[in-house]
Amino acid sequence: MLDAAANHFQLFGLAQSFRLDTLQLEQSFRALQAEVHPDKSAHLSETEQRLAMQRSTLVNEAYQTLKSPIRRARYLLALNGVDTQEETNTAMPVDFLMSQMEWREAVVDAQRLRDVVALDNLESRMKQDTRELEELLADKIDADHDHEGAALLVRKLRFMEKLAEEIGSAYDEIDN
Amino acid sequence: MSTAPHQHRLAVGIDLGTTNSLVASVRNGISVVLNDEHGRAMLPSVVRYFADGSAIVGDAAQALQSEDPANTIVSVKRFMGRGLSDVGDISQLPYLFAGEGQGMVQLRTVAGVRSPVEISAEILKVLRIRAEASLGGDLVGAVITVPAYFDDAQRQATKDAAKLAGINVLRLLNEPTAAAIAYGLDNASEGVYAVYDLGGGTFDISILRLSRGVFEVLAANGDSALGGDDFDQRIYCWILEKNQLSALNPKDTRLLLTMARAAKEQLTEHDEARITAVLSSGEVVDNVLTLAEFESMSKNLIQRTLQPLRRALRDAKLSVDDVKGVVMVGGATRMPQVQRAVGEFFGQTPLTNLDPDKVVALGAAIQANLLAGNQGGDDWLLLDVIPLSLGLETVGGLVEKIIPRNSTIPTARAQEFTTYKDGQTAMSLHVVQGERELVADCRSLAKFELRGIPPMVAGAARIRVTFQVDADGLLSVMAREMSSGVEAAIEVKPSYGLSDAEIARMLQDSTQHAKDDMQARALREQQTEANQLIDAVRHALDLDGELLDQSQRAQIDAQIDALADALSSQDHMVIKRAITALNEATVSFAQLRMDKSVKRALAGKNISDLEIKQ
Repeated sequence: MLDAAANHFQLFGLAQSFRLDTLQLEQSFRALQAEVHPDKSAHLSETEQRLAMQRSTLVNEAYQTLKSPIRRARYLLALNGVDTQEETNTAMPVDFLMSQMEWREAVVDAQRLRDVVALDNLESRMKQDTRELEELLADKIDADHDHEGAALLVRKLRFMEKLAEEIGSAYDEIDN
Repeated sequence: MSTAPHQHRLAVGIDLGTTNSLVASVRNGISVVLNDEHGRAMLPSVVRYFADGSAIVGDAAQALQSEDPANTIVSVKRFMGRGLSDVGDISQLPYLFAGEGQGMVQLRTVAGVRSPVEISAEILKVLRIRAEASLGGDLVGAVITVPAYFDDAQRQATKDAAKLAGINVLRLLNEPTAAAIAYGLDNASEGVYAVYDLGGGTFDISILRLSRGVFEVLAANGDSALGGDDFDQRIYCWILEKNQLSALNPKDTRLLLTMARAAKEQLTEHDEARITAVLSSGEVVDNVLTLAEFESMSKNLIQRTLQPLRRALRDAKLSVDDVKGVVMVGGATRMPQVQRAVGEFFGQTPLTNLDPDKVVALGAAIQANLLAGNQGGDDWLLLDVIPLSLGLETVGGLVEKIIPRNSTIPTARAQEFTTYKDGQTAMSLHVVQGERELVADCRSLAKFELRGIPPMVAGAARIRVTFQVDADGLLSVMAREMSSGVEAAIEVKPSYGLSDAEIARMLQDSTQHAKDDMQARALREQQTEANQLIDAVRHALDLDGELLDQSQRAQIDAQIDALADALSSQDHMVIKRAITALNEATVSFAQLRMDKSVKRALAGKNISDLEIKQ
């Protein structure tokens, strides 16, 4: 049932875990949107149109949250009362920070040299590393129930997300 | 008095194009373009004004456009939601611009100052009248298409124009998405498709995933100031250079631009085009333009379309190999060099089996038919996105993104801000749209102020700003101070938009000579709306009346009766008030119904899950 009290997992009829059946998520999402999307009430009263917009917005928000691994983890931890402290907690293992700095420099170099092949390589390595972190995260949350450890991994993934953004804008700059 | 619940409601799709506009409708289950009385489908988007305040639209205006270029507005779509600084070199344009450059551009014509919204409304009015004549009744509403890459100001301007033309907008629909509907439903396609839409003045690329009746837009990109017009401009400059012409008068400029377009069209089928014209000075222009020359002078225009293609694919997290088909839309995709470049980019021959000029209107009509409630059970779902990120100005002229580009709509996002001075009681918010980091590089949509914040120490107030984007891709913003509940809300209608009061004034101006007409129209609109609402509520009661207890039911029935009584009034405000009352009486009923349908959707899914597991 689509009430404000239901969490995103309940909304899609999914078990509350980090690993999830993405196919089922997608199918539930489509089934729900097929009911609540504003296009279904475009010929109805203003009240029903407004309500549809709110419902559809909620379903979109829930879907986007669960689809993205980092957002899903953040959400799961929040449900367990754990704050990921992405803005406040800057303690990070030195080797991780070093490798991040190397990444950044490599991206800047690739952009300066307009080297798309180098950027492609960086991107695929970044994706590989991100996937590995997500695997670790799944174990920490679902198997170990280690929420503090999971929060650290979310902070690391946030670094990877920023890196992905930088690679994206490097592509744009080379394109310009 | 009331109409039957399943009566066919007249709805149309309108493609309001830069160079041509069309209207289409679903008749007997098939989407068809509605022609004018001479059998012409395309209405040139050209409006000519006369000193008596009247205007003509379309072929007649276009045929004589070089006669009075200052009062013959072509490609007005390029000015929608745009300020003078966006328009570029105005000395190249034959128009007189009014105003100080604040807000949307205004054109000074013999009929008075006209905004792009009013000019576009003239085009839409002709299409509405054509549709009503052709379909034999008043329209319930229309789906109006816009370029996917239109920003909020451009979308709002388009919706305002429709309102001004007396059209109820069922939805603003992105042009490439409309084309995808026409294609997808025709071919029962599945998989990832790219829609490359190069129109007269705008370029869009959309990447969609089609799957079992769901059209999901994954990413949209484009350039809302690039189109076939620019290719004409290249040829025009070539003519000037060839003949060593400079500083032409508006008449000659228009004449040569017309010749340039004819040459471009000729070159889609031939290897060369001859350009001849006699200028007002008596000077004769006579040149031959080869296809090879044209291709070389327009090469970088085509290059400019490839960059958005790469970005859209990247945003969709896909590569060229994932794209199953490429659909070509817009008259400018007829140019052989465009088809070749797109074919090379995707490594496959683009699809051109539907008329690129008509496919957007045809798709919009199909969607309009669905939205009007005519489709019955056999329907589909459209999930579209906003093309550009929305954000707020923060310290140092930087943009804080609130809603990222390519978010599925409708969508909402809230962010908390705080005060930076002790005792601060007001906070101004500057809403912007775009991808760049600096406010100065993004489009300014609106500025508003939240007042009445209780005085607190700096950093203590919690101001929650909520952005809501509706299914038309239009933004509204609300700000609330959380400890006191002080609220400020705006529809983003902004620097470049029109207020409702302005629209009301324009409506009044345009019907000054026919006040009674306007009264009659308002009355008719309210009657139509009332009848539709009564139908809708009765239909809902038939289906789900059991969700209500007796007193709830009695309340709704009473308001239906009250509205039915109000229908005999000649005062449209009386009907309007009764409509509002019935709407309010059905809020909780609507909520119950939606919960029920959602429950049904989830129940259905759970059953199928069980089957899979067994």
